Amino acid sequence: MAFRRQGSVTRLAAPFRGLAQRNAALGLVLLCAVLIVVGRAEPRVLERLRTLVLDVAGPVADAVSQPVVATQRVADGIAELLSLHSENAILREENARLAQWQVVARSLDAENRELRRLLQVPGDPPLGFVTGRVVANSGGSFVHSVLVLAGSGDGAAKGHVAVAADGLAGRVTEIGERAARVLLLTDMNSNVPVVLERSRERAIAAGDNSGRLRLLFLAPAAQPQIGDRIVTSGHGGVFPPGIPVGAVVGFRDGIALVQPFVEAARLEYVRLVDYGLGGILPQPAPPPARSRGR
Amino acid sequence: MRAPLLQRVDAWLRQALPGLLTLLLVLFSVAPLRLPDYAAVTPGLVLISVFYWTVHRPDLFRPWHACVLGLLDDVLSGGALGVNAMVLVLVHWSVVAQHRFFVGKGFALVWGAFGVVAPLAIALTAMLSLLAARVLPDPAVVLVQALLTVALYPPVAWVLGRAQRLFLAGR
Repeated sequence: MAFRRQGSVTRLAAPFRGLAQRNAALGLVLLCAVLIVVGRAEPRVLERLRTLVLDVAGPVADAVSQPVVATQRVADGIAELLSLHSENAILREENARLAQWQVVARSLDAENRELRRLLQVPGDPPLGFVTGRVVANSGGSFVHSVLVLAGSGDGAAKGHVAVAADGLAGRVTEIGERAARVLLLTDMNSNVPVVLERSRERAIAAGDNSGRLRLLFLAPAAQPQIGDRIVTSGHGGVFPPGIPVGAVVGFRDGIALVQPFVEAARLEYVRLVDYGLGGILPQPAPPPARSRGR
Repeated sequence: MRAPLLQRVDAWLRQALPGLLTLLLVLFSVAPLRLPDYAAVTPGLVLISVFYWTVHRPDLFRPWHACVLGLLDDVLSGGALGVNAMVLVLVHWSVVAQHRFFVGKGFALVWGAFGVVAPLAIALTAMLSLLAARVLPDPAVVLVQALLTVALYPPVAWVLGRAQRLFLAGR
């Protein structure tokens, strides 16, 4: 009898429990909708929450990524062994070419130093930077960004420029105490003022969430050619001039497409560099040939 | 006095297994795999896990699990806060609403249902991203992502099923 009563109570309660659960789901959906609207209208309100989660999740993501990276290293090692011979031939050729460039660079460097001494140009101030490991790569087609294990505690700050060995990677858009988010060049929200290295024509290299950048606002007279190198122009005061960005690889609807030198999928470490450009505009004319040793 | 505490921890861990495994998949899905083009079409591993646990153990995987894990996914992947969370809660809700359909059904039918739910969920994510961040991803990439997610359901579900049998058998 007692059992029967308990059973009937459960049966009576079942629809209410279902209702409660449906309401819980409805409440959570509403909460998410509020978050989306607030995040769109007032991003600053949610920034503190985001950086808090970033700080906690950064080290955890680092721990989880370790075995993945280790496995990847082994696979890379095997692939390298297989292509050792052809790689060697390419490197020999490149080495011969670079040796010629070294002679040119040495003489230019000496000439540059002599001219600077004659004109009494003050030297560039030393740059502050911090290097961080990439611990998370936002997958998916919606955002292109990476999480770097270096934060304000290490001297990084919002707006610092992220540079990898090959060139410009992006810039810091969110900063926590221990971790930072770097918006990559290929993200749809990334627009970098650039110049064509050869013709000094200005343009904006805009990301569109594909792996390539589009060269927008290029003067109609400018004729970019396949293989043309693109470097930052320094306009707008966000990126310093002269950092390699990519090379023109093709055209679509009359717009030049640029392949970035930095391959996001292969990013392991990035330098977050303080160029002291916190919103202050640099000199109007970018210094012409400030090549960065490439 | 020690044994009851250990037992309680053991019971808690087993209860939390669906949530913890999904958390692991959230972290794994943002791990920097150095595969070219993988990042563009990352399959929805978290979506698979949320669907699996809602079908098989809705008592241990509640809507708030889906919401919290979705929010974490949003922050880690740098997307608009609330987008993934809302989609995962809606997936959870739609599966719970159709729970009678899934009871005692074979794997093929569950996979088939996932084949309907996953593309809808990914399309919804794309639409919400458009609203929240004015980002419209390449439709071809979204399509590949949906196909990859549906194709990866069997192996991921197999692993989750092993874990379920190992730790949650008879519970």
